[in-house]
Amino acid sequence: MTIGNALPRVDGSVKVTGKARYSTDNSPRNILHASLVGAPIAAGKLISIDASAAMAIPGVVRVLTKADMPKFGALQGNAAVRNLPLQTDDIRYEGEPVAIVLAETIEAADAGRQAVRVKYSREPALVVGRGRREAPPPKHPVGEDTTIGDVAAGLAKAVYKIEQSYTQPQRHHNAMETSGTVALFQGDKLTMWDSVQRGASVPPVVASALGLKPEDIRIIAPYTGGGFGSKTGIQPHQILVAAAAKISGRPVKLHLSRSDQYCGTGHQAWIGNKMTLGADAQGRLTAVRHHAVNSTAIAETFFEGVTEPSKTVYACPAIETRQMLERVHANNSSPMRSPMEGCGLWALESAMDELASAIGMDPLDLRLVNYAERDPHTGKPWSSKKLREAYAEGARLYGWRSRHERPKQDGNWTIGHGMATSSMGCIRYPGGARVRLKVDGTAVIEADTHDIGTGTLTIFTQIAADELGIPADRVSLRWGDTDLPLTGSVSGSSATMHTGSAIAGACRDIKGKLRRFGKGGAMFQIMRDAGISEIAGEGTFSTPNNTPFNIDGLDTPWAMRTFGAVFVEVGVDRDLGLVRFRRAVGAYSAGRIINPTTARSQITGGMIWGWGKAMMEESVQEPNHARWLAKNLSNVVVPVNADIPTDLKVHFVDEYDEHASLIGAKGVGELGSTGIDAAIASAIHDAIGIRFRELPITPAKIISALAQSPSSQFP
Amino acid sequence: MKAFSFARAAEPKQVIAALADPGTQIIAGGTELLNWMRLGIAAPERLVDISKLHTLDGITRSERRISIGALTSLNEIGEHADISTYAATLAQACLKAASAQIRNRATIGGNVLQRTRCAYFRSEAPVPWECNKRTPSSGCAAIAGLNERHAIFGWTNDCAAVHPSDPAVALACLDAEIELLGPRGRRSLPFRDFLLTQAEAEKAGSAAQVESRLMRGEMITAFHIMVRPDERSAYLKVRERESFEYAIVSAAAAVKLKADRIVSARIALGSVAQRPWRLLDAEQALAGKRLAREEIAPVIEAAMAEAKTLPHNDSKTTLARNAAIRALLMAGGAA
Repeated sequence: MTIGNALPRVDGSVKVTGKARYSTDNSPRNILHASLVGAPIAAGKLISIDASAAMAIPGVVRVLTKADMPKFGALQGNAAVRNLPLQTDDIRYEGEPVAIVLAETIEAADAGRQAVRVKYSREPALVVGRGRREAPPPKHPVGEDTTIGDVAAGLAKAVYKIEQSYTQPQRHHNAMETSGTVALFQGDKLTMWDSVQRGASVPPVVASALGLKPEDIRIIAPYTGGGFGSKTGIQPHQILVAAAAKISGRPVKLHLSRSDQYCGTGHQAWIGNKMTLGADAQGRLTAVRHHAVNSTAIAETFFEGVTEPSKTVYACPAIETRQMLERVHANNSSPMRSPMEGCGLWALESAMDELASAIGMDPLDLRLVNYAERDPHTGKPWSSKKLREAYAEGARLYGWRSRHERPKQDGNWTIGHGMATSSMGCIRYPGGARVRLKVDGTAVIEADTHDIGTGTLTIFTQIAADELGIPADRVSLRWGDTDLPLTGSVSGSSATMHTGSAIAGACRDIKGKLRRFGKGGAMFQIMRDAGISEIAGEGTFSTPNNTPFNIDGLDTPWAMRTFGAVFVEVGVDRDLGLVRFRRAVGAYSAGRIINPTTARSQITGGMIWGWGKAMMEESVQEPNHARWLAKNLSNVVVPVNADIPTDLKVHFVDEYDEHASLIGAKGVGELGSTGIDAAIASAIHDAIGIRFRELPITPAKIISALAQSPSSQFP
Repeated sequence: MKAFSFARAAEPKQVIAALADPGTQIIAGGTELLNWMRLGIAAPERLVDISKLHTLDGITRSERRISIGALTSLNEIGEHADISTYAATLAQACLKAASAQIRNRATIGGNVLQRTRCAYFRSEAPVPWECNKRTPSSGCAAIAGLNERHAIFGWTNDCAAVHPSDPAVALACLDAEIELLGPRGRRSLPFRDFLLTQAEAEKAGSAAQVESRLMRGEMITAFHIMVRPDERSAYLKVRERESFEYAIVSAAAAVKLKADRIVSARIALGSVAQRPWRLLDAEQALAGKRLAREEIAPVIEAAMAEAKTLPHNDSKTTLARNAAIRALLMAGGAA
C-alpha cells in the first residue's frame, strides 16, 4: 500500500530544476506581446484614447481599443465576470482595461502602455463604508438566507447574550505566478496555454464571447503557480488575449504584471458580520443570528457564503442568516482561500470565544456542549464526523487543559492561548480520468487536471498504484490538456475527491475488463496470455443529478463537511504592539488521508495563510481615488518564513468517508485556514485582555487599543 | 523602462567626470535603482557602475576609528567582528534590513540614499495621484489620504514621507561621519546632518525634492565611526513581520554606563521622519540617570512632545517612545 504513506512529490524534481513549463513559458513563432492599459480612474466615462505616441514607439504594432473589439457574446459557463472590458465607455473600476498594446517585445508593449493617453470624465467613486447597500439577487448555491426556529424567542430566553461585529478587509490572492495566457489561432482552431485551476472551464466561456465552438478550443495547462481561487472563474484578460489573437492574426501572449493582477483576477471582498448569540445557563446555544455584508463590484455580483458555518457548525434550535451586498468601484471580488467558512468562522468563532468568556467557561467546553450530532441546517446525519476525537486529541497534543499553569511571561512577551473550531464545506465536482495499463508493468493516468502546487499529482499516483497493485514508480501521468478526459476544478478542496475517485474508478474498470478474460491470475500474465499490450480503463465521479457541482451532500441522505480544532499560542509585546506566533496544534476530521506529507503541507500552509489574514494582510482601496493603494508585494505584506514557528503540529483523526468519494477521502486544501484567525484573536485576548474584532490586528491597532485600555500601566 | 547606456568605472575620478552630465546615475548593488527605473521614479540616460572600485569596498579599523567603504555590502558589515564589537547597533541594523539575498548585493552607500516606501510614491507610472516627489507641485495624496506610516517629525504640507533605511538610523546614533567625493575634491560631514527632513529641505530649495546634502556631481565614498570601547549599543526594529520588511518605527541607542548610571547616551529613531531623528535634548537629560525604565521613560516621553501627528499615525508617537526606551535598555543590557 502506498496510500497513507509519505510518498515524496513526483513533481519535486521538475520544480527545483526549472523544467516545469508554465503558461507563458510557451512562445509560438511570430508572437506578439500584449500589455493592458488600465483606466486611470475608478468611476466615470472614457472620452478618448490617443495612441499616437504609443504607436511611435519602435516595436509597437497595434493599440486595440473598443473600436477594434467585436461585440462579445453573452458569457456562458464559469466566467468570473458578466461584463467584459472594451465594450462601453463606462469606467467601473480603476485598472479596467481600456486598450491593449500589441508589440514585438515585452519592453515595447510596456513602453506603449505608458505612452497611451486616456481622456476621461471623472465621477465620484464608492469605496467600502460609502458603498451602495442592497440585497443580493435571489437564488444562489451558498449563503442563502435561512431561518430555522424562532431566533427572537431564543434570544429572549437566553441567559447569556453576545452581540458584536467582526470585519475582515479586502485581500488579494497574490499567487506566486501571476496569471498569463498565450493564444494561437490555426484556422478556426484556438489553442491557449493558460494559467488556470480548471482548463476545461475556458472553452465554453471564450467560445461564447468570441462566437467560436467550444470543441475548437484546446487549453494546455500542466502547471499553475498557485491560484487560491484567482484562476478558477475565467477572467477578462483570458478572453481579451484570444480576441487580440483573432484580430491581429498572430499569436498573442499576455503575462499580467503583479500590479495588473490586483485589478484583473479578483480579490476577496470586505466582509462585515454582525453576530448575535444567545445561550442558556449551561452554555447551550438558544439562538444564532448572523447578518453579513459583502463588498462587490458595481456591475458584478459575487459574495462569499459566509453565513454557511453559522447554519451547520453548532447545534442550535434557532438560526437566522441574512446577506447584504455593498457595491463599490472595485474590480470583481471572487472566491479566495478559504472561501465561505474561512470568512464566516472568523465571526462565529470569535463570538463563541466571547460567549465562553461571558459564561466563564473553557472555550473548548463551550464547543463540546454545542456539538452538532446531526447537521442543524438540514437535519441529516453526517457522512462522517470525528470532530469530538479531533477536539480531544488536539487538546491533548497542545496541553490545552493545563495551559494556564504555564508561565504567562517570557521576557518581553506576554503569552496567550486560543482555540477555535475549523470546518469547511464539501464541494464536489464531476470528475473523469483514463488509466492505461501496459504489459511492461507500467500505468499512465490521463486526466485534464493541473498541478497547482498542492501535491495532487503525487496522490493520484498513489491511488492508481494501490488500485492496480503496482509500485508507485511505475505510474506516470499525462495531464493539463483538454484533449485528455475532462475532470473537475483544482479548487474548493475537491481534486482528491473528483479526480482521485475517477482514477480509482478507471483502475477498477481495467480490472473488470481483465476479469472478462475469464481466468484469474496476475494482471500482466493475463495481458501477455491474451496478447494485449495495453488496456485502458475509464473512470468518472458524478454528482447527484449530474449537476455541475454538489455542495455539502445536497440531494443525498448525508450532510458532508470536514472539521477540526486549532489551538494557538502567541506572545504579545505590549510596548511594541507586536504579536508572535509561537506554536499551534491542529487536529482534523477530514476523511481518509492519502499522503500525510502533502496533507500536512496543505494544513500548515493554511495556518500560515490564516496568520497572514489575522495579523497583516490587507488590500486598501485608497479612499479618495478608489484605486488599490498598493499593487505590489512591497506595500502589501504577507507572512515570511521568519514569522512561522517550527512547532506546528498537525494530526488527522483516522477516518474513512465512504459517502463523500469512492476512495474515502474528503478535502484538506482549505480546512487549515478556517478558524485560525479567530483562534489567534482569542489568544491575543487571553494574553492582554483586549478583543480585536477587525482584521488585520496590526501593531498600530494594538498600540492604540492598549493606550485606551484602563489596564495599561505604562509608562 | 527607458533604454540607457552603461559604463563601468575603473577609478573614482571617472565617476566624478561622468556625473558632470546630469543624465548620469551611479549604480552599485542596483537593488534600489532598478526599482526606481521599473516604477518610473528614475529614467537615467547613462549608468556608471562603481561596483569594481575596490578602494571603496571593505572595512578597516585603526585605534581610533572604523572606516567602512561605500561599496561594502550590508551582510559584510553585519557580520564583521569589529562592527559587532564596537558598533553593534549598526551590525544589527544591517542584518535586520531587507533579506539575505538583497543584503549580499546592497551597499551601505546606496542604502542611505534609498527613497521612501510611501505607497503613493511607489506607485507604478503613470502616477495616478498627487505626489510632490514624483510630480513636482502636484500635491500630496498621502496627507489627504492614508498616512499611518508617515512622519511625526519634520514634515511639511508638501510631503510627510519617512526615510526607510535601518543602517542610517544606526549611523546617526553612532555620530558617524560621511565622506563624499565631488568635482571639488573630498569633504565630510556628520552623518546625522546628511539626510534632511522636509522642513530642512524646504530651506535648501524644495521640501519634497531635496532629500540629502549630497550635491549634484558628488558620490559617497566612506563612513567613519569613532571607536568607543566603553560604550554599548543596540538596534530595535518594529515591523509587522519578522523579516524582509521595513520598520514601522526603529530605534538605535548607544550608552556608556558607570555601574547602573548612564554616563552618556545617544538615541536615534527611524521611520518617524525623513531622516534619522536624534533625541538630542533627551540624550543630555539622561546623563546621571539610572538605566531603569521608570527613570528613562519620563525623559523620552518629554522628547515626544514635539511630535506632530497626521490623522492616521497617532500610535506612532507611543510606539516611538516605547521603542526608544526599549533600545536604551537593550543597549545597556537591561532588556
